[in-house]
Amino acid sequence: MSTAADSGPGWRRLHSRTVLVTALVTVGVAVGAAVPVMVALSGRLGYATAVGWALAGTVLLTGCAAAGDYVRWRRTRYRVGAERVDLHTGLLLAKRRSLARERIRSVDLTAHPLLRILGLVTVRIGTGEHTGGDSTLELDAVDRAEGERLRRELLDRAAPRASGAHRDGELATFDPRWIRYAPVSFVAPMLGGAAAGGVMQISEWAGVQGEVIDWVADRFRDTPLVWAIVVLAAVALAAGVVGALGLWTEMWWNYRLEREPGGTLRVRRGLFTSRSLSVEERRLRGVDLVEPLGVRLVGAARVDAITTGLTRDEESRSADHNTLLPAAPRALADAIAAEVLRESVTPTGAQLTAHPRAARGRRLRRALAVALAPVLLQILLGLLLTPVLLWTALACAAVCVPVAVLLAVDAYRSLGHTLSGDYLVTRSGTVRRSTAALRRTGVIGWTVKQSCFQRRAGLLSLTATTAAGNGAYTAHDADASEGLAFAADAVPGLLEPFLERG
Amino acid sequence: MTAGEGTIRLRPPRNTLDPRAVGWWRAQWLLLTAAPVAVLGILGALIAPARLWLLTPAAVLAGAGLLCAVLFPLWWFRTHRWEVTDEAVYVSTGVLLREWRIAPMSRIQTVDTVRGPLEQLFGLATVTVTTASAKGAVRIEGLTHEVAAGLVERLTRITQDTPGDAT
Repeated sequence: MSTAADSGPGWRRLHSRTVLVTALVTVGVAVGAAVPVMVALSGRLGYATAVGWALAGTVLLTGCAAAGDYVRWRRTRYRVGAERVDLHTGLLLAKRRSLARERIRSVDLTAHPLLRILGLVTVRIGTGEHTGGDSTLELDAVDRAEGERLRRELLDRAAPRASGAHRDGELATFDPRWIRYAPVSFVAPMLGGAAAGGVMQISEWAGVQGEVIDWVADRFRDTPLVWAIVVLAAVALAAGVVGALGLWTEMWWNYRLEREPGGTLRVRRGLFTSRSLSVEERRLRGVDLVEPLGVRLVGAARVDAITTGLTRDEESRSADHNTLLPAAPRALADAIAAEVLRESVTPTGAQLTAHPRAARGRRLRRALAVALAPVLLQILLGLLLTPVLLWTALACAAVCVPVAVLLAVDAYRSLGHTLSGDYLVTRSGTVRRSTAALRRTGVIGWTVKQSCFQRRAGLLSLTATTAAGNGAYTAHDADASEGLAFAADAVPGLLEPFLERG
Repeated sequence: MTAGEGTIRLRPPRNTLDPRAVGWWRAQWLLLTAAPVAVLGILGALIAPARLWLLTPAAVLAGAGLLCAVLFPLWWFRTHRWEVTDEAVYVSTGVLLREWRIAPMSRIQTVDTVRGPLEQLFGLATVTVTTASAKGAVRIEGLTHEVAAGLVERLTRITQDTPGDAT
């Protein structure tokens, strides 16, 4: 095995096949670039010469990349010591990075298809500190057994928890029926739009954009404009749905949520790129039951972890990094939330204290302002320029106002907060309704905000700040006095000295 | 719930800022309005045909800036208050959007002091107390250098005595 120790005890190397991976990836990129270059050159230089140049370029590029990566591989060493994990690397500059083992909070294994074929994984070791990018240490790549060993060794500091009622092992596994929730997410229309945009962009690159537009216009020559728009939107949406199904399959195939001995939750998933996320339970501060509008309408919900120490770089933010359970039937989501927190019933299902009616008025006013602003603009322009705009304003108002009112009323009904056992529960949102259950000991401060409008209506917004998740969970527009009592009860002793009653 | 015994309010923190903070805020307002007013004024002096259209907004802006510089700091001085107990740091700010922030001592991670150039001029300092939350920082602006130094010293001592990694 090439990961054997060489300089000093405990030092290991990355797997030698890493160099092969880099070479293969570069070949792929180089061939992709070489083909159009070859086509362009063959007209001027003749076919054989063009192929020769392209081949030479490919070989040179691949050779350079492989040589560079070989040097990197030679110079990269890591060691898991008793106290610290060290990584020495660097192509030209020597970089030395060292993490204290007790600060390590997550170990993620990922493998794109090529790595999987070669039996390798990329290991990302995170401390989850907020400062800069120095909190993550990446081993690219080691073999799968070594990755598993690292993960177990680094996270195995079993702080035994007193709760025998909850099982180790598998908590949830992939259920293909969940795919029915994929098309109702916001991904579908987004992908549809992207597909339409992509067709236009590619046809422009190929210089045939005009022809594509003409061709589409030809299809609809005898149909009215409205109908054509409806059909085109439907086609784009259908493409988006297909894309959403594909994306969902790629992301969630082989999904498994397990609790490992020693108190670590582990999510594994992915069809082509396999991903593994481990969260230490003592870093878990709660769960967030997320219900995007479409998903909520069909009675499903997603479970996210609220945890300290997940890396929060751009890449992971976009990739559902902290999701413990994808959109699944609500009952199952509740059961998993309870299981993850080692509770008998999930705190996110608790009966919530509703917020005062003044909060509904605020939501209605805000929604109507947003809906009516474009309408008023159109009326103004219509009066000044052309009466057509008056009709579009009417149509716009007829559609937007009821939607705005419905969303506002729903947003109000979503609002709520309560204390449930060891958890503080807040719920808000309509397009993305989120019910967060935060462990009361995880609250590390309060921020209370009150605008002058809120003051007149007797409302205020309470934000519990925490080291986990997105850093703050807010009960918007709660009743002023009841909200403060709630906050004081949630964390005994913290708010109490600053309150006056009477 | 302990509700039901009448209304509950947050009481204002005990300490006010240093009175020099009023002057500091006024200087900020004046500098803020001086820049656009000066630009408009110079343009108005140079471009004769548009003089009316440049000097009128300059005058309006200057008037509004002066009014804000007189009124807002007085108002702010009443609402910007702070307090440090053995358990927590408690700060209130804002006039139109009021805000009260509370950070428990046991969760404080860092204590920073900043003295901007304008603050130096007025002999003031800003103390920022951060916790492990990305959104939980507490800022106390407009303290005198001595008070700020004493506060930092006290906070550092208390937080050092508290075990744990504050998450």
